[in-house]
Amino acid sequence: MSRIGSAIFNRLVIIIPYAWLLFFFLIPFVIVLRISLSTTAVAMPPYTPVFDLAEGISGIIAGVKEFSFDNYIWLTEDALYAKAYMSSVIIAFISTILTLLIAYPIAYGMARAPSGIRPTLLMLVILPFWTSFLIRVYAWIAILKPEGLLNQFLMSIGVISEPLIILNTNWAIYIGIVYSYLPFMVLPLYSALEKMDHSLTEAALDLGCTPISAFWRVTFPLSIPGVVAGCLLVFIPAVGEFVIPDLLGGSETLMIGKTLWNEFNANRDWPVSAAVATILLLILVVPIMFFQHAQTKADGEGR
Amino acid sequence: MSTWSRFNIVSIIVGFAFLYLPIVLLVIFSFNESKLVTVWAGFSTRWYVQLFQNQALLDAAWVTIRVALISATVATVLGTFAALAMTRYTRFRGRMLFSGMIYAPLVMPEVITGLSMLLLFVAIGFDRGFWTLTLAHITFTMCFVAVVVQSRLLSFDRSIEEAAMDLGATPVSTFLQVTLPVIAPAVFSGWVLALTLSLDDLVISSFTSGPGATTLPMKIYSQVRLGVTPEINAICTILIGIVAVGVLIASVVSRRREAQRVADERAAFAQ
Repeated sequence: MSRIGSAIFNRLVIIIPYAWLLFFFLIPFVIVLRISLSTTAVAMPPYTPVFDLAEGISGIIAGVKEFSFDNYIWLTEDALYAKAYMSSVIIAFISTILTLLIAYPIAYGMARAPSGIRPTLLMLVILPFWTSFLIRVYAWIAILKPEGLLNQFLMSIGVISEPLIILNTNWAIYIGIVYSYLPFMVLPLYSALEKMDHSLTEAALDLGCTPISAFWRVTFPLSIPGVVAGCLLVFIPAVGEFVIPDLLGGSETLMIGKTLWNEFNANRDWPVSAAVATILLLILVVPIMFFQHAQTKADGEGR
Repeated sequence: MSTWSRFNIVSIIVGFAFLYLPIVLLVIFSFNESKLVTVWAGFSTRWYVQLFQNQALLDAAWVTIRVALISATVATVLGTFAALAMTRYTRFRGRMLFSGMIYAPLVMPEVITGLSMLLLFVAIGFDRGFWTLTLAHITFTMCFVAVVVQSRLLSFDRSIEEAAMDLGATPVSTFLQVTLPVIAPAVFSGWVLALTLSLDDLVISSFTSGPGATTLPMKIYSQVRLGVTPEINAICTILIGIVAVGVLIASVVSRRREAQRVADERAAFAQ
């Protein structure tokens, strides 16, 4: 009895979440792919289905013959899409580097803090992550506006005489991404730096290393797992970011998440937005697999 | 003994100022008398009064809370199962795919997740509304729960489970009486995380929701697009307040539980 119960329990623990994710996470991607290969139609839903499952195998074969790469051809013909993909990757890349540069000293300071206050510091880094993403992005509008708080402050202390134009430029997007994703970078860096044996740095200093070269030769190499995890956690979602470019970026800002949203909501062109999503996924598949690999390895070490 | 240099302290202070200043300013200006959110004109709570007379907003808040409670609870069960599957059964067919499906949603751009789930619901002819929204939220939050619970399970001493089994407990009762009490703080923080992610979500909700199921972030977003007003600051302040209180309670509860657990273990060993 117990053995049968055990087997059933073990199976269920795997099967239930597995089936759920297959149905609600993986199959939807297959549908996206399928719709990206169909043609736009003036109907509801606004595309002509490729497969007619009622016709069985023959229906599927007939469907494969009807695959239309029109949407992909359309994407390559319109320079707008290529530009949007390029600028998304570039903006995400620059923002990731900026986030790393800002997060590193914070994580390092936290890892060196007296162990009694470390949990509090950790909590303070995580806390903003619990407040709404939308709210945090919104908060920056009032700060960055031409007549906003930052310009008021800088003009009152006499640093600038003309208001800086930051809102609706790429700088606002960088600030928004750095701000929103900072905890994602600080946490893996902190956990890598906290594990580090500080006597290694001291040994390097005793042996005549300058503090800077001790950092580059000892501290930084040991923190690389944290750097990689943090960069992936920021870069991948940032490429497809929608809220930040929409609220902080200008009308000229091209980011693919925004393009996809507009294609879908404003133009109601589902096959083209499915094709946009498919290509975005193809761009991100290598970093995502890299991320998964790094996570699985980290789990293996924790075991 | 670690040395905490002045550079370390300054970088932490500057970093935390960067993290918190925008939120603090937002809260301050929610009490502004003027309609402008950038010029201080005296203290007032009129935006809060106005807020509670806005029926559409209250309806959206109610939808958001219901979706969050249902989806966080289901996601916690599924996510805990997934975490058990990942840590306990290192070899089963399709494990690579399984861990891929757990980790990918954590970083997947929301526009892709949202669009793909919408297309699924359309393909199976499920009318968009409250339930599609809830299903979508369960799916993306369960992976966060799985990761949180998994990290606790990795440091779990399995010998106490084996002892329970040797003493004749069934797997289910071992799980309920031995494993679950130990991992409960992690399961609870997974639930809180799922709840806040659900309360917060805009992009996936916009794709998967239908008429009559507008959530608070969707409402806030459509108002923000029209411009920055103190009324939005007031909603945001209330939300921030709720989250702050929730996190505070959660941390006190988990700290007490942890202290209790340590005390229990000591008492057990002392006997």
